[in-house]
Order: sequence, then C-alpha cells, then structure tokens
Amino acid sequence: MARVVLVGNLARLTGGVAEFRLSATSVKQLFEQLAALYPEIEPHLREGVAVAVDGQIYQDDLFQSIAPDSEVFLLPQIAGG
Amino acid sequence: MAENGTNGTNGHGYVGTRTIRPDGVDKVTGRARFGADFNLPGQLIGRVLRSPHPHARLVKIDTSKAEALPGVKAIITRDDFPDQPSEFIPAGEMMMNYKDVVRNVMAREKVLYEGHAVAAVAATSAAIARRALKLIDVTYEVLPHVIDVVEAMRPGAPILHDDLFTGGVEPKPDKPSNIAKRVEITLGDVEAGFKKADVIVEREFKTAPVHQGYIEPHAALASVSEDGSAELWCCTQGHFIVRAHCARLLGMDIAKVRVTASEIGGGFGGKTVVYLEPLAIALSRKAKRPVKMVMSREEVFKASGPTSGAVVHVKMGATNDGKFVAGFAELKYQAGAFQGSPVQPGVFCAYAPYDIENVRVIGYDVVSNRPKVAAYRAPGAPISEFAVESVVDEIAKKLRLDPIELRMMNAAREGTKAAYGPKFGPLGLEETLNSIKKTEHWNTPLRKWQGRGVASGFWFNIGGETCASLTINEDGTVSLMAGTPDIGGLRAALTNVAADELGIPYEKVRPIIGDTGSLGFTFLTGGSRSAFSGSMAIVEAAKQIKAELCARAAKLWDAKPDQVEFKEGHVRPLGALAEKVKPMSIADFAKVAGKTGGPIGGYGRINAQGAGPSLGTHLVDLEVDPETGRVTILRYTVAQDAGKALHPAYVEGQFQGGAVQGIGWALNEEYIYGADGKLQNPGFLDYRMPVASDVPMIDAILVEVANPKHPYGVRGVGETPIVPPLGAIANAMEQATGIRFTELPMSPPKVLKALKERGLNKV
Repeated sequence: MARVVLVGNLARLTGGVAEFRLSATSVKQLFEQLAALYPEIEPHLREGVAVAVDGQIYQDDLFQSIAPDSEVFLLPQIAGG
Repeated sequence: MAENGTNGTNGHGYVGTRTIRPDGVDKVTGRARFGADFNLPGQLIGRVLRSPHPHARLVKIDTSKAEALPGVKAIITRDDFPDQPSEFIPAGEMMMNYKDVVRNVMAREKVLYEGHAVAAVAATSAAIARRALKLIDVTYEVLPHVIDVVEAMRPGAPILHDDLFTGGVEPKPDKPSNIAKRVEITLGDVEAGFKKADVIVEREFKTAPVHQGYIEPHAALASVSEDGSAELWCCTQGHFIVRAHCARLLGMDIAKVRVTASEIGGGFGGKTVVYLEPLAIALSRKAKRPVKMVMSREEVFKASGPTSGAVVHVKMGATNDGKFVAGFAELKYQAGAFQGSPVQPGVFCAYAPYDIENVRVIGYDVVSNRPKVAAYRAPGAPISEFAVESVVDEIAKKLRLDPIELRMMNAAREGTKAAYGPKFGPLGLEETLNSIKKTEHWNTPLRKWQGRGVASGFWFNIGGETCASLTINEDGTVSLMAGTPDIGGLRAALTNVAADELGIPYEKVRPIIGDTGSLGFTFLTGGSRSAFSGSMAIVEAAKQIKAELCARAAKLWDAKPDQVEFKEGHVRPLGALAEKVKPMSIADFAKVAGKTGGPIGGYGRINAQGAGPSLGTHLVDLEVDPETGRVTILRYTVAQDAGKALHPAYVEGQFQGGAVQGIGWALNEEYIYGADGKLQNPGFLDYRMPVASDVPMIDAILVEVANPKHPYGVRGVGETPIVPPLGAIANAMEQATGIRFTELPMSPPKVLKALKERGLNKV
C-alpha cells in the first residue's frame, strides 16, 4: 500500500493524523479513500491540492497512477507569478 | 507507421538557437498593440472613483448628480455586482476567494485601502468622466486603519473583516483577527537538530512591499452587444482567467465572453488578476456602447497588487565542518486588504535549496489596509530565501568557509528530501555553484568599499492546462496558435519547437496568440509554465500532424502504415516502396489536402505535468559610497538551470530581468505610507526602480540539467532569477561595509544611517 503524507495544515482536517497507508492506485482513488475516512478534507481535495507521487508533483491530475510502494505527499497547490 | 521522436531529430535543429523573434518587427516599429492601443468606434471612456481613506465603512453612495451630467452614459457601484459565496479559485500564486474578488474590484461594505474602487463612470470623454466622479457623493464612516504587518497581528489592532478567523490554529478562534491563516511545515526534529549544532545564527529580517513595476498600466476595452455577449481586449497574463473571472462576477455564460490578450508591457505576476476588466464590461453592458479604461500610474500603485512586505525570523544551526543540521523560520507576510499572501510558497521555499534533516517553518498570512497583494515572480520565495541566504553567509563567515563551498556541501540534489515533503528529482544547484566558482568574476580582486556576495535560489515551476494548435496552410506554411500571452519570447521558443518537430524552416511557421474563442481553456502565463507547457502542447499537435500525414501517404501509395515514416519534414516510403514513390513534403500534402481528407492540423490539449524545479546562483559585486550611502552594482553574474533552453536569448533575458528586479527590491524599492495610511510615493519619480543606467550588463550562464519529464528537458526559468539577488546583495553589502543589513531596501538613507552609527561614513 502507498505511503500517503499530508503536508502542512491538511493534517488538521484529519484530527492530526498526517500519515496513512492506502491502497489507492490513482489520485482519484486516493482522494475518494481520504474523503471517506475524513469527510472534512473532501472540499479541500475538490478545490485543489498538489499531489507529489514519488517526488514528482502533479496538479489537477485525477488519473495519475500510484504504485503500491509509492510515496505520496499532499500539498497546497503551487502556482506562480 | 514509424515515427520519430523529438529533440530535433525531425528538423533543422532550431531548438537551442537564437532565432529572430517573430513579433520583433512589430515591437520595435510601434505597430504592436498593447492594452491601451485598442479603440472602437463610439467608445466611451471609463474612470474609477477611488477611496481617499485606508479604512472606512461605505454608508451611502449617491450617484444621482453624476448621472444627470450630460455625456455620462453609465455609472456602476457595488449594486451592479452580485455578491459571491466564499469559494477559492487559483489566482496566480495562491488561491483567491470570489467573495474577496468581488469586493476588491468594487468596494462593498467597506473600503479597505486608499485607492479601493468605489464607483465607475462611463462618459463620452475623459473630462466628463472625471467631472462625474466629483459629483458622486459618498458617505464614509472613517475607521482606524493598520498598515504594518506586526501591528496588524497585535491584539487590539483595527480589524478589517469581522468574519475572518485565523485558520490553521487550535482551538478554533472565536474572535475575528487580521491573521487569516497560520501554516507550518516540519521535517525531522528541529530542536534536536539545534542541539547538534556547533554554530547557530539567529536573525530577524524585514522586507518592504514592492510593486511588479510593469511599464504598461492596466487597460481594458469592452464591448457588450444587445444580445448580452461581450468582447474584451486587455493586457493580461491570462485571458482565459480574465474570461472566467468576468463571467463569474457578472453572471454571464463563459461562452458569451470573448477575451483577446493584447501585447503585454510586463506583468511579472501582477496581471494574473482582474481590476478594470469586469468594470469595463459592466459599464459597457449598462451603456450599450464600448467602454475603454486605462489606469494611471498612480492607480497602478494604489489599486493593483504589489507583493508582500514581511518580517522573517530565521535561526540556522551547523556543525563545525559546515553541515547544516537545523533550520527554523517564522514568516509574517502582508496579504493586503484580503487574505492570500504568498506565505505558503515562502514557507516551502525557505530552505528548499538545501539538504537539511531538521526544518520547521511557520508562516502567517496577515491582512492590513493596503492593496491586495498579487503574484510577483516566484511569489513569496525571494523574501524567505533572502533571510536564509543572509544567515547562510553568516555561518560561512563564522566557520571561515568559502560561501560557495558551504552551499555546495549542503546543496539539495536528486533524492534530497525537501522540507515540504517529496524527494527531488534531478536538480542543477551544484552545477550553478560550480559555474559561478569557475568564472573570472569570482576571482577578480576588490577594492575598499567594494563587496562581493553570492546567494542561491529555488522555485518549483508548474505546468497546467494548455492548448496550442498547428495548422498546415494551403502553401505548406504553418500557423501556430498558443493560448498564453507572450511575455518573454514565447512565440520564438514555440516556433523553434514547431519547426523542429515538423522539419520545416523556422520562417515558414507564423505564431500568434489566440483569443479565448480560438482555443480551449489555457491557464495563464505564470509559474514559469508557458514555454514548458506550451512546447509540450506543440509537440502533441505536431505528433497528430505527423500521424495524419503518414496515414494519408499510406493511402495515396496503397501502402501499409508501417511502410511509411515521417522524417526531416517529409513522409518517406520505406523498404521496397521507396523504389516506387518519392517522399512527400508538408507542402506537397498541403496541395492535395482537400482531396485527401481536408485541412491538416494538430491540436495539443494537455494538462502539463512534470515541471522540474529551477535553481540558480547569483554573484554580485557592488560598491558603497560612504558619503551618501548610495550603492552601485559593479558586476553581476547569474547561473541558472534551464533544463534545456529552447531559445537561449530569451532564457538569458529572463535571468537578466529577474536579477534587475531583484536589485531594485534589494536597494531602492518600497511602498512608503504616511501616518494617515496613504501611499506617499505612487509614481516612478519617488518609487525608485533600477533603469538601464543603474545596472551593468548582467552576465548569464546557462546550466542545462535536463528535466526528464519534458520531451526536450525544459524547466521553467522566469521566476527563479528574482530569488537570489536580495541575499546576494545583502551579503555583498556585509563584505563592503562590515554591516549585516537585515532590512530592505538598503536605500541610501538607511545605508548612510548605518555607516554613521558605526562611524564609517568617512572616505
């Protein structure tokens, strides 16, 4: 199962739990599984978070695959000027 | 069908060369049309009434006298904009809330900064519009204001928003606050890290809010027809974003708003949001005539977003051999009148250039009675990295280590775990440090009152939704259409890619920037994403064309798909087929396009992923005049990782432009407020930006550590170059004067005061 880490304030929406082991094989499944566990995080996932899968940051890419041994970080979205 | 890949294997090898800018002639002859150059028959002139108060309740707005003035065709106020629910949307560097956007474009319950829009008028002339503004009777209930970020955080400070409660803290506050949000990242155990440290440096820094300083002021021309559809011409970094915001704020279908981006005289993040655009459409809709609006320079300063001023506390620890073992920082960023400062990226970037096991960074997003901040090149990063790079320099001095070697020893590399979580892929920081160390500049001797400083910088870069098309014309030439405004040579960079992908001469490709009716949604030019994402979309479009040409050739030649290939601008027969038929060029296909299936084109529609961070290192020599405190930049070298420079001249231009803006930020630029909460220097005479005569030629060193996620290896380059200058210049100042300057700008009065305090102001 993939190791999933919530960065920064996102962990406040999960009662302080910042690290999970989830069976998600895509970002879409990851969001669904997290929202099922912690409904309060769902609006934030919908509004947009960046997902780093094995070091590569993906934004707004629900279909990005996640391997069973992947390391996944959820971050606030990143943009720029 | 056999198909070649990228990297110029198909073409003339334009990628990486300094081709002539396709839009260059129009730019140098004055033919290019910028925002204020658009006009329509029968247009009205729009003007905005702005608040004279930094903070006041809007009791009443009476427009009756103004409406009665002959020549006035429409007046809009808060009543013309439906209120918006609280909903966050991406806006440049941060998420922005529509509830705030609608209040920023037109004040609602309160005015929150001097210059806040209160009403707008469309009239048959500018003079009538100005007279009408004077006839609008606004009743204000003036409220106490707060400008400074630290004062705004104090208990008892004037509260801007009664419904703003600090997020990110437990327990949830029951009283409103100017602190919109607290954010934090933690890696390892920072306290344990400091216990391992042999040397600890702790400092507090202060930076001033600075404006992007684009030469071209905001401008918009709107024309709304009787059927409710609108056309808008404006200078923006993202016309699709403008369309979305205007449609939302004005309750219109997106399909009924068509936005054309003008040429743009600079944006640097400041043109990623809307100010005049929804006002112009609202006025045109009401007046049933086109309405043109152009900001004055004073309005640009007072009513459009600068970036944050900030207070930053940094504490770093290192062992005697120079290994960084702990880094702590606390960032307090001004957001302006509405929440949404770039404190989050500031938190992420603070220690990003370095491999440190124990990091804790806390950030506060703080509202005060200033214009809402907008993105500015690597938003948030220059501030936090200035503080860290200054402390890194002090550690080098304490440990008697070469500052480049110290950075090299601690540099983030492939596999380094970033303080914000993930591990980095390939990175080019070490290469930039090595490049700087090898320069003749690094080894040139200095004289008294001269100093040399070095600093590094990091920015993430992004991809995002991007469309681009390639169309084969009847004569075999190619029309290229991109959806992101060309700010820094995008057209040339994309044309290089298209010409190489299709194997045709550069001159046979003509690039334009399409309007919102011509392409699918394309995110704005920002985040150093345009060349990165646009070139990926062009590669995709070219791939479609090559596949189509191969399929048509196979049919024409009664061949199987695997008997043809696209190579060097031609579809070529393979094997025995080559004895029977001749290769066909793109021009050959263009002649028979109608008879073989119709027009030929490709349409890249992607959500680009895989942006690679770009790191850079800057080296600066400067000289301090001890009698006046004036600082002269003597020499400046930038080395930055571009991954692959599609067009080296424009990449170097980004390096140079970022460095010069950073020089201004470090030495002169600042918003100066009086005790009355009013901006005292809203013009280029008193807001001192560097001009060509203030800076030497900026030497640029291209480092290319390929981004494996891009077909050509590209990394975005536009933002990183503004990150290191602040620290590099502060470090050079320390060497020149022996004084560690911790407050920006290091303007002549401040420098002279510091020299006098130490008795150093004598030649």
